[in-house]
Amino acid sequence: MEHWSPASTIDTAPQPPSVAARLLRDPKVVCAGGFILLLIVVAIAAPWVAPKDPLAQNLLMATTPPAGFADAEPGFLLGTDGLGRDVLSRVIFGARVSLTVAFVAAGLACLIGSLLGLLAGFFGELVDALISRLVDVWMAFPPVLLSILLIAVIGTGLHSVIAAIVVIDWTRFCRVVRTETRNQAQMDYVVAARTIGFSRPAILFREILPNVVPVLIALLTLEMGIAVVVEAILSFVGLSVSSDTPTWGGMIAEGRQIVHEAWWVLAAPLAALFATVVAFNQLGDGLARSLDPVLRR
Amino acid sequence: MLIAIVVNRVAMALITLAGVAVVVFVLLRVVPGDPVAMMISPGAGPADIAALKAHYGLDAPLLTQFWIWIKGVVTGDFGTSITLHLYVTEVLASRLPATLELAILALLVAVVFGGSIAIAGTLLRRTAGETVIDGLNSIMLAVPDFIWALALVLVFAVALPVLPLTGRIDPDLAQGFATRFYLAESIVTGRFAVAGNILGHMAMPTLALALPLAAVIVRLLKQSLKEAMVQDYVLLARIKGFRELRLVLQEALRNAVGPTIALTGVQFTFLVGGTVIVERIFAYPGIGNLAIDAVINRDFPLIQGLVLLFGLIFILINIGVDLTVAALNPRLRHG
Repeated sequence: MEHWSPASTIDTAPQPPSVAARLLRDPKVVCAGGFILLLIVVAIAAPWVAPKDPLAQNLLMATTPPAGFADAEPGFLLGTDGLGRDVLSRVIFGARVSLTVAFVAAGLACLIGSLLGLLAGFFGELVDALISRLVDVWMAFPPVLLSILLIAVIGTGLHSVIAAIVVIDWTRFCRVVRTETRNQAQMDYVVAARTIGFSRPAILFREILPNVVPVLIALLTLEMGIAVVVEAILSFVGLSVSSDTPTWGGMIAEGRQIVHEAWWVLAAPLAALFATVVAFNQLGDGLARSLDPVLRR
Repeated sequence: MLIAIVVNRVAMALITLAGVAVVVFVLLRVVPGDPVAMMISPGAGPADIAALKAHYGLDAPLLTQFWIWIKGVVTGDFGTSITLHLYVTEVLASRLPATLELAILALLVAVVFGGSIAIAGTLLRRTAGETVIDGLNSIMLAVPDFIWALALVLVFAVALPVLPLTGRIDPDLAQGFATRFYLAESIVTGRFAVAGNILGHMAMPTLALALPLAAVIVRLLKQSLKEAMVQDYVLLARIKGFRELRLVLQEALRNAVGPTIALTGVQFTFLVGGTVIVERIFAYPGIGNLAIDAVINRDFPLIQGLVLLFGLIFILINIGVDLTVAALNPRLRHG
């Protein structure tokens, strides 16, 4: 300690690695993020990647087991379902619905929830009381029941599924962003911005928002995993997109019916769903750890 | 203080329930989609439809309908199910015990399983064993009951077909019950073979509901235990020569368990919500499975009754958690 001098500390202190470098060093983030990127590419390129037409039926080929099992047919890597459709191609096309819901529903829920959370946290008082009470009442509903109720009310289909997820899950973002905004609003830099005479919207969106974004990104990733499951559940119950569009939940429902004759019709989409949900979750965890200034230290 | 908490919570609960009732009622009425359209036979004319609507009170103005319904609810009359042609209270009373037994059994399994793993992880801290537990648990935390349920189907109904796939009890055994609490009644009356059959049917749905909650318990309880293990009172007990297991169970656990109880209570409401889809997968005859049918059939009176019942269950769980936490925390207990 006796040789301590401010200058030497500054000179020798290693530069903190950039956010990107830190993220790329986290194996969780790299593996999970890589898997999701791959999934996105496969979903977009589905018509070229899928070996067969996902809707083409062939009743003579019904419930063919996957490659490597007795009676497997060449060309049907993961076997066929009860109508002789290629399971692999249906899983690949099913990723399109899952990812669409993941990005659109989670994104919209994030947008609405964060906006209300920012307002509640920044303005406090009556605005905060109103929004917080609304969140409390909202969260009193069981999510599964509320989503099914909403779908029954607004009708089935992809738009309804997305609407249901947004309507239910905006509260997650609202709560976290409100708390985070409240904390930020008491910090010196906000007081300074106020003193200089910045307008309220300027303080809120230019000063506070960038500091809330790291928490938000992690939360958004976790929400995408939730959205994928909710879509699968609603497809499973038959309340999502029409049955001629392949979805993982729809395939799971069909596989559940014929599970004793053709387990692979259930196993393949279930494995895809599992991998996707775990990937979104691990990515969210990793992002939270790398981006959160408190956890980082 | 406990009484003040109870009074406060019950008042809040009644307000919330009233809010839920209004929201559900309005939501169901303002939307397009006619429940009568679901039940008429193809040959029915406009007069038949009008008669049916009048029969179920669906032709009255919205406010009148709401007033009739609320008057009924207060006196315990939730109306008649449109699809089942039974009193809603009757239907709910016959289905609720199955769900209660399932949810409570799942809670017990989650607490015992999650608690054991958390204690094992604490004993194994800073070893490879802890790394394995943490790694597996981080994946378990991501997997919802829906995926567990179907994975269990693949393992225990297809790969190793040892468990029955659907239902609550073998039909030929479902005789001579005085109550609808089949599991509790068969244990109390000593019919253990019947209880075993019921437990076999409940095993997969119970595990599917319990495992996500167990994962949450492992993470939080292990964290709290590890923090407690470095406190002075544990050090003192260690100096006295107590064994490690005793340190964890007798010294650390008592002080570390508070946050876990509070969180388990909150998570238990999610578990109850999860019965909706898990009961569906296993064709288990509870209120969750009933809820999906009610919604698909647009059975308004039944949906309203179910939502209020779920709301009531959630509120009771929350009050129970608050009381448990208050009872365990001396600072809260004495104000």
